[in-house]
Amino acid sequence: MPFKSLLVFLLFPLMCFSSTIKVCKTCKETSLSSAISVAQKGDTILIYKGTYKEHNLIITKPITIIGVDNPVIDGESKETIFTFKTDNFNLQDLTIINVGRSFTKDYAAILVSRSHHFSIKNIQIRNLFFGILIEKSHFGLIENNIIKSKSTSEAGAGNGIHMWHSSNIIVKNNDLSGLRDGIYFEFVSKSTISNNKSYNNLRYGLHFMFSNHNEYHHNTFKDNGAGVAVMFSKYIKMHDNKFLHNWGSASYGLLLKEIYDAEIYNNTFEQNTIGINAEGSTRINYKYNLFLRNGWAIKVRGACYENIFTNNNFISNAFDLAYNSKINSNLFDNNYWSEYTGYDLNKDGIGDVPFRPVKLFSYIVNQTPETIVLLRSLFVDIINFSEKVSPVFTPDNLVDKAPLMKEIQ
Amino acid sequence: MFKILKYSFSDLIRSRWSYVYFLFYLALGFVLLFLNNSISKAVITLMNIIIVLTPLIATIFGVMYYYNSKEFTELLLAQPIKRKQIFMGQYLGVAISLSLSLVLGLGIPFVAYGAFQSTAIFDFILLIVVGAFLNFIFVALSYSIALSNENKIKGFGYAILMWLFLAVIYDGVFLISLVVFNDYPLDKVALLATMFNPIDLSRILILLKLDISALLGYTGAVFKEFFGTNTGLITSLGLLSLWVLAPIWRINTKVKKKDF
Amino acid sequence: MIEIKNLYKSFNKLTVLDGLDLVFKDGGIFAILGPNGSGKTTLIKSILGMVVPDKGEILVNNSDVIGQWAYRNDINYLPQIANFPSNLTVIELINMVKNLRPKEAKETELIATFGLEPYLNKKLGNLSGGTKQKVNLVLTFMFDSPLIILDEPTTGLDPISLIHLKEIIRKEKNEGKTILITTHIMSLVEEMADEIVFLLDGKIYFKGSADTLKTQTKQHNLEHAIASLLQS
Repeated sequence: MPFKSLLVFLLFPLMCFSSTIKVCKTCKETSLSSAISVAQKGDTILIYKGTYKEHNLIITKPITIIGVDNPVIDGESKETIFTFKTDNFNLQDLTIINVGRSFTKDYAAILVSRSHHFSIKNIQIRNLFFGILIEKSHFGLIENNIIKSKSTSEAGAGNGIHMWHSSNIIVKNNDLSGLRDGIYFEFVSKSTISNNKSYNNLRYGLHFMFSNHNEYHHNTFKDNGAGVAVMFSKYIKMHDNKFLHNWGSASYGLLLKEIYDAEIYNNTFEQNTIGINAEGSTRINYKYNLFLRNGWAIKVRGACYENIFTNNNFISNAFDLAYNSKINSNLFDNNYWSEYTGYDLNKDGIGDVPFRPVKLFSYIVNQTPETIVLLRSLFVDIINFSEKVSPVFTPDNLVDKAPLMKEIQ
Repeated sequence: MFKILKYSFSDLIRSRWSYVYFLFYLALGFVLLFLNNSISKAVITLMNIIIVLTPLIATIFGVMYYYNSKEFTELLLAQPIKRKQIFMGQYLGVAISLSLSLVLGLGIPFVAYGAFQSTAIFDFILLIVVGAFLNFIFVALSYSIALSNENKIKGFGYAILMWLFLAVIYDGVFLISLVVFNDYPLDKVALLATMFNPIDLSRILILLKLDISALLGYTGAVFKEFFGTNTGLITSLGLLSLWVLAPIWRINTKVKKKDF
Repeated sequence: MIEIKNLYKSFNKLTVLDGLDLVFKDGGIFAILGPNGSGKTTLIKSILGMVVPDKGEILVNNSDVIGQWAYRNDINYLPQIANFPSNLTVIELINMVKNLRPKEAKETELIATFGLEPYLNKKLGNLSGGTKQKVNLVLTFMFDSPLIILDEPTTGLDPISLIHLKEIIRKEKNEGKTILITTHIMSLVEEMADEIVFLLDGKIYFKGSADTLKTQTKQHNLEHAIASLLQS
């Protein structure tokens, strides 16, 4: 990782002139706050095993804080515990518990404000409001943290990793659960979210607002209240993620709203009420995604233009596609549809008759949602079949002209 | 009654059609497991078949057995046995042998595939239970139709019409009225409408365990509240039992007054 | 003794039994005759409880039997059309009927009489009409009951079996049983019947011996006597 070596390179000259301050029950410094106040620029604070009841620790000097044998910082549910207002800091190997809760202030386990070149690693945060809150900061690494809460209502819960007006941040290998949003991005750019697990959160596993030029990949989003939401953002790359079992009355794997120029590939959408819900999304390429056993694999609502769906696998979804407008220059081509019953006489692997992914029943359910109770009724199968033979209600040109005969591996 | 049941049953399990029916389910079970490679996926496909085909076969078997065993029934009527016992014995003979074909025909491939180790085992058991209920319901319905029609062709026609109504036409009317009365709150009406059709009731019961519990919640909380809970499951099974008992009651009153 | 009092039965608008009064005393062979649709089978089936009368009483040994079932243990009945479950074998059917009636049966003798041994393990569906009728006869006569009702017993029988049948009927009569027969074969009536009951339009038109009927109609032949009854 060039970024990491850059960090080491930057920190290296500081380390040469730095001293180490130890904190333990029998050390000279018995509290973290006193250690912070005596520490000089570039110093390292080692905290030894034990529980430290401290909060409102404000760090304004570029220092490194390292836990030894997993010390616990107990904030006693009062307010924010760590506040960093400095560049070039490192925080690692700690457990932080009992962050204050408030309806007016965003108390966090770790607040980073107007900082750059920092790292937060191997931190466990439990019983929290906000976990890691980053504002107006750049070039940071957030890695291997476990943020776990047991929130029951959205109003009393905060986000795991919450970021706004920041850029060039790497968020990886974190484990986020029981929060409001696992990861929340607002006005964040050029950042990468990878290999995280975000599950059992009340609202979204991942939430993007007004954040352009970001990438998230190899993450798993599972059993979240609503799924993953990407809204009002441009140039987002989403690949190799798993959107699993977001199974609730208003849940989806991925919600897209006002998104432009995104790439969505190699993702798995399995057992979501709606795999992808797209609204006002334009110039998006959907490739090599797997949609397995969702209620609706894809719901395309209004104002979606020039989206291309190719080489995706649609397998055993109750509905492959719901569409409530005209085809609008969106293209479906070369996908595999398990519902496809056509033939391939010339054996080129491509079905000889086009596939119509929108069933009549899907159209009816869009108009009158209560009719869903007739799903899989013989009557519904019959009207679907007759519509397939001669389309009357569904858009005539909404077809995959070259459906694949075999699943893409 | 058990003597009659025993004889109807042993007569039926040796009939060619029972074997065909059993083998049909057996083949179906193996083919579905082979094609889907997953028990839970096979269960979904199977549901489509069970809610349509099982009632149809039960209807045809019920009517056929009644008319084919008419003379034999007359022989039994001259014996010192209560009328009610003769007909209940025959009814149970048909319903049990059909259910046995279903349970064994599907049970063997699924158990061989390892259904007991699968998480889908409860879905599968529910499917089989609902299938058996549909057998008992539709044999009773068709028996009661046959009892009211001396003319074999008429009786057969009415029975098939009854199946067609419950399997297809009812849902068509249901769907159209939902679309037409779109502006009114319909969830309670829809819930009630499913109760009055054993096929719909079975379909919803299985679907809620399989794939649409969340899709239903999407529209009506009423459905989810009702069917999603154990109370819903028990109520539904209770209603299915009523669907068995109502035609049985009709058979018994009809039989009391009937001339042979 | 069977007493039938004021018995009415109609199917839809067709009146079949129209206030029938009739007594069968114990012992003897009674031939129930009448043109097609005169109510013979309906009368028999009413006695057996297979047809539910609209009005009237049927007393068997002085107790009303309408709606009852246990009294049928004392009746042997031979139905007109013998059609059995086709998947059962002959012996299974015999055992089944034996099982259904809690009384002693003497089927072995009858099976020998009608030569049914080779068919015992055959399925009923594969038997010819005549053989089925023989099975039917075995089922009827294997029990010892005071009342025997035979509906067209001779259908499909070969001459030898017919002789056997007549012998059996005579034997049963000599044991003091009451036997009701419907038939179209007049020779059988003339040969066997102690009393003739002639039904027409749901009523008793004649009741008495064959000789009385012949003298009353001044005919020498029973068939002609019946014909003249119909003409008058």
